[in-house]
Amino acid sequence: MRIFYEGYNPVLLMMVVLNAMTGNHPSAKPGAAPAVRAVSLSVAVGEQLAIIGPSGAGKTTLLHLIGCALKPTGGTLELDGQDPWQQTRRALQGMRGALFLAPQVPPLPPRQRVVTAVLAGRLPHESLWTSLRSLFYPQDIARAHRALAGFDVDEKLFDRVDRLSGGERQRVGLARALVSQASLLLVDEPLSALDPTRSQHAINTLTRAARERGATLIATLHHVDMALAYFPRIVGLRDGEVAFDLPAAQVTPAHLRALYAQRLHELTGPAGIETDTLPGAPAPAVMHCR
Amino acid sequence: MPSTTSKTAFTTAWTPAHPALRDPALRLRVFWALSGLALLWPMGVLSEFKPWVLLEPGALKPALNFVGAFFPPRSDAEFLTLLLRETWRTVAMATAGLALALLLAVPLSLMSVRVLSLSSLTGRMAMGPSVLRQGVRWLLLVLRSVPELVWALVFVRVVGLGPTSGVLAIALTYSGMLGKVYADILESGEAHATSSLMRNGSGRLQAFFYGLLPQNAAELTSYTVYRWECAIRSSAVLGFVGAGGLGQLMDSSMKMFNGAEVASILLVFMALVWLADRMSAALRKNLS
Repeated sequence: MRIFYEGYNPVLLMMVVLNAMTGNHPSAKPGAAPAVRAVSLSVAVGEQLAIIGPSGAGKTTLLHLIGCALKPTGGTLELDGQDPWQQTRRALQGMRGALFLAPQVPPLPPRQRVVTAVLAGRLPHESLWTSLRSLFYPQDIARAHRALAGFDVDEKLFDRVDRLSGGERQRVGLARALVSQASLLLVDEPLSALDPTRSQHAINTLTRAARERGATLIATLHHVDMALAYFPRIVGLRDGEVAFDLPAAQVTPAHLRALYAQRLHELTGPAGIETDTLPGAPAPAVMHCR
Repeated sequence: MPSTTSKTAFTTAWTPAHPALRDPALRLRVFWALSGLALLWPMGVLSEFKPWVLLEPGALKPALNFVGAFFPPRSDAEFLTLLLRETWRTVAMATAGLALALLLAVPLSLMSVRVLSLSSLTGRMAMGPSVLRQGVRWLLLVLRSVPELVWALVFVRVVGLGPTSGVLAIALTYSGMLGKVYADILESGEAHATSSLMRNGSGRLQAFFYGLLPQNAAELTSYTVYRWECAIRSSAVLGFVGAGGLGQLMDSSMKMFNGAEVASILLVFMALVWLADRMSAALRKNLS
């Protein structure tokens, strides 16, 4: 277990081990069957892994469990041999800073400019003072531009987020993942709003960036052919359990048919955007007149 | 026969053949409407609400006389200079009071906002932070439940007559109001951007500046400008207890039954409120 300290953010190498991990979708009713059931998985440092499976299989929940965004109800998670839920809150937050979880719906405030939204990916590694200065004048415009260029949205650098299309927002969200210094990238459905050409380009940029910095990459994908083409290792998830865990070359059409049984239409074309981002408590009614 | 058909139409409209098609919310709605009225009646009695008193000639005449004296408003140079000076003093009082209130309200609202809790990202908020947030909310409640008039009466005794007591009174009451409403605004908006930042390891203040603030900036600004407008109005009331400004001027004019002067002062108030309104609209347009 090697941990280097940079400030109080431990720079982890991100070997991910799941021991019989069980977890609920946060909006699940009490007593409902867990969305992820006793999943055991081991991901080496720098490995790239795609999680595929029909909608409702628990892909998003699994990703959030790995990203310390959800507390498992059973089993354990180990990031570089450490259980994040055994740490103090401060240490847990430090571990969160070493991973990057990109939700399917890009979490970008509508009135923010693209450059600020992208550079927000660096917040865990910056002091408060630097991030405040960056609000006044972006401190690393070149880095944001490079990341955006990887997804062909560099011309939107100084536009506001609410002027962007859905696909552009998704790519800006991915660019944010690129500027973060995380050693574990968890990407939820990165291609759900992109056309095939842009999808290929985006996944190419993402996997190459992860390889270059030696970061571990785990992505959930609806596009099975994309997963098979770009990821060396495929995990098939069905009803919250691992159906298969194979090198991409060994995944056969029979595997896929079994995985998507009764949902074969999702195998041929990706299903529409699922809105299974993590909802918190329902927001109280907005008071507009006070 | 027309009468029978209309009768059947009526019965079918009100009692559908299929009981499942009846709106189940109806009974509850009728219940709440009736209980609202039942509550309102004793309140009207308690507050001696008798609007017809307004129309009695004995009451109406002096009031009409006073209002009649409003025209024309006083506009000689001497009075206008005085009016201008007191207007400026009122604006300064409201602005300084609001600025002081912000110094207290912003940190208190940040301390009480639940969206910025790290522990409640996954499951329940931890004990310590939860108690702290509740404590801050209570402090805000205490600050805003004491009317600024009472604070002003206290401060007039401490610092003497003059705008300082008005500024301090506005600062204390308004910090309570601003802190509470800021926290409400921040909590009612979309929290996805903020919680995502914190989930990726950002600090709470960073998440505030990069997620929560851009999400809610327009509403926060327009509410602050509206509160500035309220502070101008309440500085008028504070003038009546000797806190200076337009209010004190109005107090002396009222005591002399000088309707013309009161009218001029009221016109200045309208102009100030209009100005605040324009400012708020311009700011919101800028932000959206």
